[in-house]
Amino acid sequence: MKIRLTINGRNYEGDVEPRLLLVHFIRDVLGLTGTHIGCETSICGACTVLLNGSAVKSCAVLAVQADGAEITTIEGLAQNGELHAVQEGFWEKHGLQCGYCTPGMIISSCALLKDNPSPTESDIRHGLEGNLCRCTGYQHIVDAVQYAAEKLKAQGAKAD
Amino acid sequence: MSFLAKYIGQKVKRTEDPRLIQGLGHYVDDIRLADTLHVAFVRSPHAHARILSTKTEAAKNAPGVVAVYTGADIAGKIGLVPCAAAAPDMKKPDYPVLAIGKVAFVGQTVAAVVATDKYKARDAAELIEVDYEPLEVVTDIEAAARPDSPVIHEELGTNVGWLYQAGSGDIDAAFAQADKVVSLRLVHQRLIPTAMEPRGVLAQYFPGEQQLNVWSSTQIPHLLRTTLAAMLGVPENRLRVIAPEVGGGFGSKLNVYAEEALLGWIAMQLGKPVKWIESRRENMLATIHGRGQTGTVEVAVKNDGTLLGLRYNVIYDLGAYLQLLTPAIPTLTGLMLSGCYKIPAIQLNCTQVYTNKVATDAYRGAGRPEATYLIERVMDRVAAELGMDPVELRRRNFPKPEEFPFATAAGLVYDSGDYEKALNKALEVVDYKKLREEQAKARAEGRLVGIGVSTYVEICAVGPSVMLPSGGWDSATVRVEPSGKATVLTGVSPHGQGEETAFAQIVGDMLGIDLNDVLVVHGDTDRVQYGIGTFGSRGLAIGGTAVAVATERIVAKAKKLAAHILQTDEESLTFENGRFVGAPNDRTMTIQEVAFHAHQAHNIPPDFEPGLVATYFFEPKNCTFPFGTHICVAEVDKETGDVKILRYLAVDDCGRQINPLLVAGQVHGGIAQGMAQALFEEAVYDENGQLLTGELMDYAFPKAYQLPRFELDHTETPTPVNPLGAKGVGEAGTIGATPAVANAVIDALAPLGVKHVDLPLRPEKLWRLIN
Repeated sequence: MKIRLTINGRNYEGDVEPRLLLVHFIRDVLGLTGTHIGCETSICGACTVLLNGSAVKSCAVLAVQADGAEITTIEGLAQNGELHAVQEGFWEKHGLQCGYCTPGMIISSCALLKDNPSPTESDIRHGLEGNLCRCTGYQHIVDAVQYAAEKLKAQGAKAD
Repeated sequence: MSFLAKYIGQKVKRTEDPRLIQGLGHYVDDIRLADTLHVAFVRSPHAHARILSTKTEAAKNAPGVVAVYTGADIAGKIGLVPCAAAAPDMKKPDYPVLAIGKVAFVGQTVAAVVATDKYKARDAAELIEVDYEPLEVVTDIEAAARPDSPVIHEELGTNVGWLYQAGSGDIDAAFAQADKVVSLRLVHQRLIPTAMEPRGVLAQYFPGEQQLNVWSSTQIPHLLRTTLAAMLGVPENRLRVIAPEVGGGFGSKLNVYAEEALLGWIAMQLGKPVKWIESRRENMLATIHGRGQTGTVEVAVKNDGTLLGLRYNVIYDLGAYLQLLTPAIPTLTGLMLSGCYKIPAIQLNCTQVYTNKVATDAYRGAGRPEATYLIERVMDRVAAELGMDPVELRRRNFPKPEEFPFATAAGLVYDSGDYEKALNKALEVVDYKKLREEQAKARAEGRLVGIGVSTYVEICAVGPSVMLPSGGWDSATVRVEPSGKATVLTGVSPHGQGEETAFAQIVGDMLGIDLNDVLVVHGDTDRVQYGIGTFGSRGLAIGGTAVAVATERIVAKAKKLAAHILQTDEESLTFENGRFVGAPNDRTMTIQEVAFHAHQAHNIPPDFEPGLVATYFFEPKNCTFPFGTHICVAEVDKETGDVKILRYLAVDDCGRQINPLLVAGQVHGGIAQGMAQALFEEAVYDENGQLLTGELMDYAFPKAYQLPRFELDHTETPTPVNPLGAKGVGEAGTIGATPAVANAVIDALAPLGVKHVDLPLRPEKLWRLIN
């Protein structure tokens, strides 16, 4: 089946099997390997991408379902060589160790902050329940998201 | 060893992170080679069965299928899955990379399908028909040890693989002299390591060069190369193993797996690259599990709380076959049975049994969490029996700082320690006295609030070499390139620990150069001299020391050349901030300038070897023994049985901290895993040997909202074992946390007369006890 979609601002066309998962389309067809696969039951969240602005698990979406969609993957977050505030937060606060859950965790955090720009620690911990991390015990991830929230607020204030 | 403290001891942000936060790192599945074929496995659905026949025709004829292999195809062609830790008197079964004749656990590899894409490989795997004759299944380890149990490996005649005894001191006398004997039966449940990146292998063969390349998500690239070479009959110097970015290991990738050998062999058969990426279900079924001990600990004690002796009779669940270090895990438990206490007599009696489950092996802590959990639980029981405060009982039995190096009856010599200092610090931070008062108040209100203390010591950076089958050293090469940039080749193989940063901190400070001018290379047997790998909290203490000593040699060599060029003697030169100073006329030379001259070699002393590179293999003369005190305050909800962690403090002493940010990360992650063992996680098999927790849907992997914020503090008692003074911190959190949480929850239930509850402390179990 033919599909057309926009990923990280670029247009792509593909002829895919109906059963092809979106995550396999992104990774294997387009070669954007920053989106990872950690399970096949949409529990771990490593494959999270933004689909029309919402965080979705790309292992639970068929590529054909994303026809016409606008997708952002981890590779599309940094703009003009400048890290996104959430990426910066993860670096500043040691929010990652092995890095495997990180792309999904960062994408989910972006969506979380879009919905709730001033989250409490509990908001963050509940907001990220769909993303698993085995390395960090989550504490530095919470700190990273809080850092990003502050930074985004400061950026917003500056823009205003 | 002299450092400039610009980086060492500082919270330096990781140099690994820019690539990882942008999705630009390369894990095995991210490496794409042209014409790669994909492998899917047929795995046993039975825990114990004879294979009567295997029909592969339909699969072979399926679209895109290139080859199908079964046990008959590989028999005698690929070596057995190796175990490096079986004693000569151990009974061990053959473990072929594809099952031959029978299967002994659910998930065992039975056939491999190779196809042009992974969907087609999986489709074809469905077409393979295996006719099984189910056999009686053995899952319970105590039942497996009984003489009337069905035997899993007929050729062994028994399920008991090994009877192991350890310890020293007059144990009978200790119990004869005791005022009291306290005993406790404990279950250390099986856990599933669950690194976020499942395993994966990519293999490529060049028939002309007779060169095999294997990319694997492993913690031990060099050891994997040596063992794969033997299994495949490939000369070791024509086999290149690459551990690219590795998405966590926790011991589960400290191994040599059937799939790794099979992929290498298939690549050689087909002459095309082949890839297999483990699914999560395969990961939970067929990658090693951890823990798996059931035992009884008995302690002989005087009325004043003085410990006289400890005996631990335990049955250990090997699983169906031996993986690389399977039988060694409870020997580590045996070595740590003294905990951080003076116990004159210790005895371990360990029965290791085969069951129809996947093999157990090293999982974060690997034998030490078991030791710490049993000691710290029984210490609380002893305190309760004697009517003592658990803190006072612990304090009374600590060796004093001046008693180090301290020899235990379990057979180790602890390097350095001040256990009371860490304990006192923890008590002060939480205000222990006030905590107990608050607890009394809460109890008076009918609330179930408990305080759990665990004082732990663990063993890291194992050495000297005789203590490990692989040897206990590690290696580093440090080169300063002609431009002055430094390259470090390390034999350890970090996979999340942050050693690229830590080693760059060491080299940056020792050479007085910018951290970003240091590149740390690891995980590639063609780029890096032989090394042992990353496990057992050894990376910094052993690998980091090798880096530091090699760098020291670089500085010494550079000084020779600087003195020559500056026309002075070496003694008058000092090396400060990357510059040799002290020469006449205030002439100086930077390390970068020296590096250029060392390579150009136009102006060098007659006996000077050109270049600026040093290699050092560091073998420690002893292990290191980090320690600390963890305190947990927990409340059990009477209505639901839910446990709420009200407070968690960890005071850890890992010796000298090179990067406190990385230390905190390691401790957090460790506590999370230890706490999850106490509260949630358990690999559950049913009586048919089916893994009921075989997906992340069912396995109680902790989520962010299930864990509290951890408070950290530390003391710093350097080790004399290595010049860095660093002990290691990768596993401390896991080791300290499980007993602290368990003690807190059981203390909370004490008013109900509860003396012990086996882990995990899930709500339903607690609710039933309360009601």
